[in-house]
Amino acid sequence: MGAAHTLHGIGLRWLEALTGSAGLLDSAPRTVRVADAPLGAEVARFIAIVPDPDNRFPRARAGEVGLDEALGLARQVRRTIAEDAQRGPRPIIALVDVTSQAYGRREELLGIHLAGAAAVDAYASARLAGHPLIALLVGKAISGGFLTHGYQANRILALDSPEVLIHAMSQQSAARVTRRTVEELEQLGAQVAPMAYDVRSYAKLGLLHRLIGGVNAAAPAPGDLERVRAELIAAVVEARAAPRDLSSRLTSAAALAGRAASIAVRRRLAEQWDAP
Amino acid sequence: MERLSFTYPAREAVARRVHVGVVGSGDLEVLLEPSADEDAHVAVTTSVEGFATVWKHVLDRFFTRFEGAAAIEINDFGATPGVVLLRLEQAVEALRA
Amino acid sequence: MSTAGERQRFLARPSFIELDARERACAILDPGTFRELAGPFDRLKSPWLPLQGVVAQADDGVVIARGSIEGRSAVVASIEGAYQGGSIGEVSGAKLAGALELALRDCQLGRPVRPVLLLETGGVRLQEANLGLAAIAEVHAAIVALRRHVPVVAVVAGLVGCFGGMSLAAALCSRLIVTRAARLGMNGPEVIEQEAGLAELDAGDRALIWSLMGGEQRVATGFADVLVEDDAEAIAAEVRRAFASPAGPPRSEQVETLIARLAGIDGEHPPEPAALRTLWAREA
Repeated sequence: MGAAHTLHGIGLRWLEALTGSAGLLDSAPRTVRVADAPLGAEVARFIAIVPDPDNRFPRARAGEVGLDEALGLARQVRRTIAEDAQRGPRPIIALVDVTSQAYGRREELLGIHLAGAAAVDAYASARLAGHPLIALLVGKAISGGFLTHGYQANRILALDSPEVLIHAMSQQSAARVTRRTVEELEQLGAQVAPMAYDVRSYAKLGLLHRLIGGVNAAAPAPGDLERVRAELIAAVVEARAAPRDLSSRLTSAAALAGRAASIAVRRRLAEQWDAP
Repeated sequence: MERLSFTYPAREAVARRVHVGVVGSGDLEVLLEPSADEDAHVAVTTSVEGFATVWKHVLDRFFTRFEGAAAIEINDFGATPGVVLLRLEQAVEALRA
Repeated sequence: MSTAGERQRFLARPSFIELDARERACAILDPGTFRELAGPFDRLKSPWLPLQGVVAQADDGVVIARGSIEGRSAVVASIEGAYQGGSIGEVSGAKLAGALELALRDCQLGRPVRPVLLLETGGVRLQEANLGLAAIAEVHAAIVALRRHVPVVAVVAGLVGCFGGMSLAAALCSRLIVTRAARLGMNGPEVIEQEAGLAELDAGDRALIWSLMGGEQRVATGFADVLVEDDAEAIAAEVRRAFASPAGPPRSEQVETLIARLAGIDGEHPPEPAALRTLWAREA
């Protein structure tokens, strides 16, 4: 449990390291942390999800994105859009370490799918409003957790670290569902890139803007922070100069091979869109 | 998963292409279109291995009644011979409709 | 059924649920206008399933059809629930996202396209994990952008229902039409039972499942807009109505309302489904 807890705390550790604040707000649950800090010549808003063993929803106590977390994200992102309506939209940095969405009966009854959609909607709206939205994967980016916190970003950056795991389902759950061992899943991931969990395999798919090597994800050193800040600043500059959609995920050099079918399908649809 | 292919002599051209079925449990899809040559060609991809002889029997039977120079692709998810014949006949029916 | 006539009409109505994905798209579009894009003969199959010994379907389980709805240019994206549980892989996801992106492009060029999603999906296809999830994020992005130009209308009819990341897609739409057979939820009952145990949720208890996430409950608690019978003509009529009437602000934008109504809920002991209906009685 100790190791797991350490991993779950990665988002908070990075928030504190990059902003000097734990990001507690009256307007957000303890699991949604928001802090502003200088990033280059401007101030950026950093957002992280952190675990709370006393979460009022029992199925969201280990760093999952639950009902309160998803709606908390939606509120904070929408507040950021509103605050910046009269000045320039500031960068929003999503520090991503999310184990998954919360799985529970209460969550379904109370509509976690809509809470999740509210978070997605807020992030997508921020991007469309001109906020450079950058996701920095520092830990787990799993399933609905990633969809609601990070996957709407203009640019996705990741630390080249074994703590960074990206997938549609946690390794343990996928092993149970597919009746395979974790080792077998890892072997499969080595053969079928989208099935892998590790960030280097993920980088091959072309979805990642930058893989940042040589940084200790669990305990960032001062030099690590400077390098990560420089990468964030560069990503913000690029996001501002590019379309406000997700098209860069289809045009990257890696995407040409890693998402060849995604590109081919779009080409075919475009060719046939208008009646001959 | 297993891939099988068969060729049958044909006597008439096939004018159009038709698609029937779904690769769902116990079902299959059939894509039927004009053949590139004068024969009929069947390419089967099936989730169940080791039934090449059964496939041959089913297709032999189908081609006693169908003489079109068709390229037929079958994607099978464990359909019984009866369902295979039914889908093939459905494709022919759609062809003639 | 109170009279013989009503019973006869009930039996005679054309079921929507029994239609396959292609027939469903046909039923939504104006008669005779269905034109399929990237169809089975384009053979845009999953590159990933055969690597894992799974037979791929020629259209990867998604039908994209152009046509018209009440004479206006439209696109319908229809998921085939019988193939791989309607799961979203790289190709099927790219078909959904790509169609919405093209509709957005046309809207931006001043040529509105009416987009309709017929959702029947368990969510990400596990064999294509990260590429399915990425495609769903792109579907989300496209709906949010497109919704500013034209209502995006979704139908969840059943029998698969709509789960995983695609349940968020349904919740992002301008108007959501469901039947009693539909289920809408982020996590499927089997997954919850497996992850949280039988005490959390018995996935075999159909009455319980539908009481939590069935179409009727979802409409009664404000998570969907319209409850329709399983009748292809009635569903097509509701889709037409959705485009004819101006859409209010999307429910996924109603953040403060959602936070306020959730604030009154005890996280350990939430109300029973029936009590939640009273509590969250839908405003007309």
